[in-house]
Amino acid sequence: MSDDVLDLTAAQAVEKIRAGELAAREVFAAYRERAAADDLNAFTWVTEDVPQNGAGADAPLAGVPVAVKDLFCTEGIPSQSGSRILEGYRPPYTATVVRKLQEAGSPILAKTNQDEFAMGSSNENSAFGPVLNPWDRTRVPGGSSGGSAAAVAAGRAPWALGTDTGGSIRQPAALCGIVGLKPTYGACSRYGMIAFASSLDQAGPLTRDVTDAALLFRHMIGRDPCDSTSLEFPGELELPSAERLDGLRFGVPEELSGEGIEPGVLETFQRTLDLIRELGGEVEPMKLPHAPHALSAYYILAPAEASSNLARYDGVRYGMRAEGATDLISMYTRTRHDGFGPEVKRRIMLGTYALSAGYYDAYYGRAQQVRTKIAEDFRTAFERYDFIVTPTAPSVAFELGAKTDDPWAMYINDYCTVPISLAGIPAISIPSGLSEGLPVGFQIAGPAFSENRLLDAAYALEQAIGFDGAKARAAA
Amino acid sequence: MIDREQVLHVARLARLSLSDEEVERMSAELSGILDHIEKIGELDLDGVPPTSHVVEVTNALRPDEPRPSWPREVMLAAAPAVADDGFEVPSPQA
Repeated sequence: MSDDVLDLTAAQAVEKIRAGELAAREVFAAYRERAAADDLNAFTWVTEDVPQNGAGADAPLAGVPVAVKDLFCTEGIPSQSGSRILEGYRPPYTATVVRKLQEAGSPILAKTNQDEFAMGSSNENSAFGPVLNPWDRTRVPGGSSGGSAAAVAAGRAPWALGTDTGGSIRQPAALCGIVGLKPTYGACSRYGMIAFASSLDQAGPLTRDVTDAALLFRHMIGRDPCDSTSLEFPGELELPSAERLDGLRFGVPEELSGEGIEPGVLETFQRTLDLIRELGGEVEPMKLPHAPHALSAYYILAPAEASSNLARYDGVRYGMRAEGATDLISMYTRTRHDGFGPEVKRRIMLGTYALSAGYYDAYYGRAQQVRTKIAEDFRTAFERYDFIVTPTAPSVAFELGAKTDDPWAMYINDYCTVPISLAGIPAISIPSGLSEGLPVGFQIAGPAFSENRLLDAAYALEQAIGFDGAKARAAA
Repeated sequence: MIDREQVLHVARLARLSLSDEEVERMSAELSGILDHIEKIGELDLDGVPPTSHVVEVTNALRPDEPRPSWPREVMLAAAPAVADDGFEVPSPQA
């Protein structure tokens, strides 16, 4: 029976429960069992309880549970952002998006593993060890929402929450063969998300298909008095239904679809462009002149914000404290030395350097100007195009350890996702085929708050692609 | 290029102690990353305003109304050391 449950998408499970054909408890129990037996290291915590039957069944999400990235604060449940420095931290409150999902009838199934403080593209920076890719266990799942992506791909969670700062939803979704949506900046409240880079961080869904992404996202959005950068979503979020792409114009930025992208990924990308044409869409090469500088600007701005956000980890109010320090300053510096991993230290140093006296204008100031130019590039592009499309990541999932010695080689994973993050616009990654037997993601970006149109286009394309993710679930 | 002295200076600003080996590695790695990042120095950005916020929002204000805060014991519950109803820390003078 539980195999049948696992064949359903989350939206199908919701529908069956609401029609009285399936018990919410059965869905919860089937996934809880699989999550508890997980051997991909996708989870940092799995619930012990299966809610009583009927709980949430009348709610819009019908009791179908969600796996939540570790960095979302969840009341009484470990929330450590993949870091030793937050060892044992159980927050006194729950993040707004998680609370909204609970209220819509999606209880927490588990917390998922991630790169420490969401800094990474492979999940190898977690204090709890790397997550394995269900398509090939010698390879990374991507990051930083790698646990969420692997859990959904392997059928160990019906759907999951992640966060995306420079690509941390889209890239792991691509590498694990699932759907990941990074919403418009401000569409979802950041309240209760353990901060990395506040001007970029956004929560979003990682799901088996586009319909699931729309359904989960529908219950995450809205202005929150606890996050003054959050905004009311204009209108209703609809479930996607488009079958055609007639009259829609897709721009393919030359800077993000050629040099530096693996040949197998490019082949799959070109096939997807052909499918867009077959569905009636127009595909045209175009330019985003400042996109090649996005990665440089991002690796100034994000570490700069991180160095400030992570100043709060000082061994005083929560988390760990280094033993034996006899004065206050050495308590701070030793706690931070022992509690942070190498990548987090690197970014704190980089950010502190970029903000320090004498360097601020050359680095932070200029990067914010580049950010303005990148946002302008997109605004100009959307006067002519409905969507901008690129490969999500330059390569398929790489082997564990392959890029850990060279920070920049790891950062380049974000090459196609970072420009969109800097512009604050929404983008979705959908699985578009296999290269060397591994999933390839296709990224579609649209103007701010175009999520309805974005999901519709992604849905039409998804039907035409017909990607089959069953192999990853069967292997698991 | 970021040398050993600069690494130690930035580490002091960041309240981060680093082992000798970490200082060596950090110097090499940060220099490598900055080689890439410094390419934005080549762009002509005269007169370009820096981004302050990506989505157009003017002031988000709310009435300044007093609300209850967290109870003291809840806030102290996660602290590594507590004394006299407060956070306990080593003396700054020690």
